[in-house]
Formats: sequence, structure tokens, C-alpha cells
Amino acid sequence: MSTIHDRTKDLGPYVPQPDDDMLICRCEEVTKGEIRKAVHDGMFTIAEIRRYLRTGMGLCQGQTCAKLVKRIVAQELHCSPDELEPAGSRAPMRPIEMRVFANEAKEGAEHE
Amino acid sequence: MSNQAEVIIIGGGIIGCATAYELAKKKISVIVLDKDDSVGNGGSSRNGGGVRQSGRDPRELPLAMYAVEHLWPNLSEELGINVEYHKEGNLRLGKTERHLEILQGLTDRATALGLDVKMIDGKEVREINPYLSDEVIGASWCPTDGHANPLLATLGYYRQARALGVKFYTGEEVVAVKKIKGVARQVITKKNVFEGEKIILASGYESRAIAATVGIDVPMSNELIEALVTEAEPKMFSQMLGTADADFYGHQTDHGSFVFGGASGFEAKNKDNGKMITNSITAPCICRGIMKYIPKLADAKIVRTWAGYEDVCADGIPVISEIDEVPGLILACGFTGHGFGISPIVGQLLAQMAAGEKTTLDMKEFRYDRFRAVI
Repeated sequence: MSTIHDRTKDLGPYVPQPDDDMLICRCEEVTKGEIRKAVHDGMFTIAEIRRYLRTGMGLCQGQTCAKLVKRIVAQELHCSPDELEPAGSRAPMRPIEMRVFANEAKEGAEHE
Repeated sequence: MSNQAEVIIIGGGIIGCATAYELAKKKISVIVLDKDDSVGNGGSSRNGGGVRQSGRDPRELPLAMYAVEHLWPNLSEELGINVEYHKEGNLRLGKTERHLEILQGLTDRATALGLDVKMIDGKEVREINPYLSDEVIGASWCPTDGHANPLLATLGYYRQARALGVKFYTGEEVVAVKKIKGVARQVITKKNVFEGEKIILASGYESRAIAATVGIDVPMSNELIEALVTEAEPKMFSQMLGTADADFYGHQTDHGSFVFGGASGFEAKNKDNGKMITNSITAPCICRGIMKYIPKLADAKIVRTWAGYEDVCADGIPVISEIDEVPGLILACGFTGHGFGISPIVGQLLAQMAAGEKTTLDMKEFRYDRFRAVI
């Protein structure tokens, strides 16, 4: 069974590290220690970490921190980062004002 | 890896996780299986977070009222995680006389069952929420409705269930339930065989194919709907919003971002490759809808859009039922896009069914064999 699938896996106790205070996701201000603890709380996939802590959910959409988060989670799970799927990319790829996004269709007869 | 437990739950969404947690509190051993890599990767992580009673089918309303009165207010404390529950009301907005008729009908049916919900005019609407445009001429107002964070509620139930010893295995795609000596006993996945005394099937639309392996069917369809989120904005309002036409719904989260769901009208007919992809026409359409109701949000930036399936039951409410022909099997599916708000009570009810206890609420309206042909 792949590492991420067996949620009964014993990871050992959470041991604090000196650099746990380091900011990893700058947009949402999530630290390395929070990510490590989340893994011990059972969040084994990048999608779960993201939903639990908001890593990669800020303005840059994880372009800065995605690889760092992946490495930290892999270290905590004692697996290769390659075993972890990245979180899904979501449109629009850059934040867009609602009034601009809405212009996909012009106001007119076909839209009441 | 353990393959045996008293209860096997198929589906690690919020229904499966809440049920697992309630069973673990009863000291009943549980295994939860999910085909996805991640827990709660379906509708549980993709819905708009509404914790609504108003607008519910009268058959489903007692569940929502029970959850709002007894369970949601303590859920953060119970799960040890802030699920961001706000019981600060729901405005269902109307812009035309036809809208007001729809809202009046919903309101009459809900007040008959004891819900505190009433019709208010445009002026009263803007006293509650000054950001709403003058196009809004009335609304239904239910002060005890609200919203919560579905991501944290789902993962909170998961975390707590896991801490109580529930065994979760993801990446386990169930292909069949197997009867032994006339009772549901085995759950066959692509990789393993699990065995339990009770089997709870709560995997959204996918429940249908699995139930079919023991000859049971629920009439439902699978609809891909969409939502979007803005960047964080200064705090504007705390109510849950919806509309008579259901063209959008949403709220401002604790984080400051606005989460809105909506539809282009093509949901049942869109191209569907089986993946939860967004359609290019939907988010702009939701934006146009939002701007008519809340003009001030026109400058808010959309950061992300996503899609999720809802398992739409033929008569609009779920099946939550034991199966006469398959003793030991309990079915929970067809939540039709409003499962999140009732998930805490559904978890308790399913746990009671699996434990052989009397259920807190009468479940006869949710039986699997209620569907009848039109004539």
C-alpha cells in the first residue's frame, strides 16, 4: 500500500525542530511546524494539507511554496516527494477582477 | 493493515467521516475506504458551506433543524478545530414578483413545520445587508441559518475519528459488496477484501454502481457544478446569501474571501470527461450574477474556481436507509447538493442504525424503496 493511502501508518511522535517557525507559505503565513503537525494529524496528501492549513491558497496559488510544502510532507511521511501528487491547478491562473472575468459574454439579449 | 472491523464505511466524505467518528465514540471498530488519494475530495471539499434550514424540502427540514439546534453550535469544541460556524442568518433574495412567489411558497412550507423564517421587503433586506443592490425587492430571512467551513469540518471529523482509532485507507476503489449467507459482509476493492458486520455505503453518485452489485438501485444523476473564491476582502457581511432563482449562493469566510457557487444553466448537459473540470462559461456567469446583487464586489479578484459533482436524487432528498433485501447494508447517498448542513446529524443517525439503536429522528421519508413511477 502506498504511503499516503494507509492512514494508520505510525509516524512516531511529533518532535519540534529549531526551524519550525520558518514561514513556508508566505501568502497565507503558514509555518514549517504547522505543516509538520498537520501530517501527524493525518493530512497525508498535498490537497489535504492545503485544505487544512490554506498553504498554496493565497494570491500566488502555491507557485512559491508548492515544492517546499511537498518536501516537508515527504520528509514527515518518510517517503519520496515523487509519491505526492501536486494540488490541482485552478483557473484563472492569475487573480482577475470580477468585472473583467464577467466580460466573457457581453450584456445583451441572450442574458437577461 | 487490518481488513476486519465491525463496520466498514465506503466513502470518506463528510458523511463517512462523521459516521465513523460517531461510531468510534460508541467504541465500535470502523474501517473507512475511499477511492481517492485524499479524504473528502468530492462534494465535501467543494460545496459552498451553507448550514441552511430555509429552502429545504419539508421531509428533510427536521434533520436540518435538529443539526442547527443541537449539533452545529458545539461542533468546533467537539472536534477540537474551528469549523468557522456562523449562525447569523440566511437571506434568499428576490428581484421579481415571480421570485417573491417562489420565496413565499418556501417560507409557508417551512413555517408550517415550526421554522423561524419570514418574508421581508427590500428596505428590510438592506438594513440586514447594506451591500445588496436596489434590484433586490424582497427576501426570505431565516435568522438561525448560517454557514461553516466545509474543508475544516470534513477534515476535523476525519482527524477526530482517526485519533479515536478509526482506520482510514484511501486509494481503495470499491468494486462490489458481497453477501455471505444472505447478509452483506464483504467489501471488495481493486486491491483488497474487507469484512464487516455492517457496511455503510456513502460514496455519492458512485454508490449507485456499488449498490448495483447487490441488486439495489437509487434513481439519481450526477451533476457537475461550480464555485469560485475571491481574494480576501475587508469584512462586509456575515449572512449566507442565496437567490430565489438559485443563480448563485455564497458567503464571506473568516479568511475574508468570498465563496460563491452558481450555475450556467448547462450543468446537466455540459461535456463531462468524468473529471471535476470547470467550464469556461460558468465562472463569468456567476460573476455577472453576483455583481447584480452586490455591485461593490465588482472589483474583487477571483483567485480560484473549481467544480464538484452533486448526486442529485430523483425526488431531491437523500436515501438514508437500511436495505431489507440486503441485511447489514446501510445506504446514504443522493444528498442532492445539500448534504453538508445536515452531515452532523446524518453521521449520528447512521451510527445509530449501524449500532442497532433507535434513531433520534424518524427516518421513514429517507427509505430506499420510496420511488414510484409517475402513473
